[in-house]
Amino acid sequence: MGTISSPTLLICEHCDTVYRRRALVRGDVARCARCDAELERHHLLSVNAMLALVVTAMIVFVQANVWPIVTLGLNGQHSSTTLWGMIIAMWHEQAQVVSVLVAFTLFFFPLAKMLSLGWLLWFARRGRRAPGFARLMVGLHHFGPWTMSEVFVLGALVAIVKAHTYFDVVADPGIYAYGALTLLITIFAGVDLRQLWDAPLESAA
Amino acid sequence: MNALRRADELGLIACTVCGLVCRDMAEDGQPGEAVACPRCGSGLHRRKPNSYARTWALLIAAFLMYIPANVLPIMRTASLNDIDDNTIISGVVELWRAGSPNLAVIVFTASIVVPMLKFLALGALLLSSQLGSGWARVQRAKLYRLVELVGYWSMLDVFVVALLTALVRFSVLSLVEPLPGVIFFGLTVVLTMLASMSFDPRLIWDGRDSDD
Repeated sequence: MGTISSPTLLICEHCDTVYRRRALVRGDVARCARCDAELERHHLLSVNAMLALVVTAMIVFVQANVWPIVTLGLNGQHSSTTLWGMIIAMWHEQAQVVSVLVAFTLFFFPLAKMLSLGWLLWFARRGRRAPGFARLMVGLHHFGPWTMSEVFVLGALVAIVKAHTYFDVVADPGIYAYGALTLLITIFAGVDLRQLWDAPLESAA
Repeated sequence: MNALRRADELGLIACTVCGLVCRDMAEDGQPGEAVACPRCGSGLHRRKPNSYARTWALLIAAFLMYIPANVLPIMRTASLNDIDDNTIISGVVELWRAGSPNLAVIVFTASIVVPMLKFLALGALLLSSQLGSGWARVQRAKLYRLVELVGYWSMLDVFVVALLTALVRFSVLSLVEPLPGVIFFGLTVVLTMLASMSFDPRLIWDGRDSDD
């Protein structure tokens, strides 16, 4: 198909206004003059810094999933759980829909996001496009909004406060790992992945 | 700068997935036939296809799910001498009474305010855009971005129930079970997220009087 593309132009995805692209310097944010949406932002993080963050997030993610989240105590009895304990418990309690939802939003999508980002960045730091680049970028665009680890941290806090009325509550390492993961995700939230589409072209030119 | 031209007028299309700006070739070809983005391979559309119909359908479905989500209990706490079924709102009240009003406000916001905001905001955005209204376009665009930003936090209550179910298992002494309300609530959140994703914010600016 004869679709002509133009990398020098930029279109606001919120209102369809066309702009000529400008080079941004540190701290710059380009905003749409019509609808005030963010068009582009200068990235403070280099590819190496992002890769380091992704690797850190992966390590923390493993810890968050392996270690128990909280322990409850009642008359000398103890009960604790991990993320997968939650998923399995919901499955056995006739709430399979919820079980699948939890598994995807808190495990599979975050895991897929970190793995594909790590893969893409590993090649990007050497100025190359990773094998499967386009497919992974499209995938990231689609499942990105469905990762909910940060919501879970708040949920765990609410659950702890609720349980505190009836039980002795001990916060386990898992919850701290989740806290750290949320922090990393927040740093990442400001990163526009679309820069990866442009990066190899710039180095080639 | 008053010359803010829109891609639609210039015959350009932005790929919604990778952002690449492409020339719209669809006019020569068959209408409705999607051309693939040369960079990422996703289908190129001037506007998200059937945005109004899809968003309305998903929004109405979400609202229908939201009714049982609120009426039916989402969680049962059973102990030796009593069984207590909690709905979303009774959970908020209990949290308030248990001495954590701050968290109660957060849960109330995530479970009641955010879903209601989505129904009202998306409904209003759909209606005003379908009527081609030029009223408060910048504010409406911001409202849409707010809905997108806060939408997924509604999943909070679902995670609370899942965690408590897995944690509170002291055989006869104390037990927490999920009840059907939580399933409907989870579906509400998923459907509202899909609804806000299928709405195309560019439609806000597409009205008859497109020049401000």
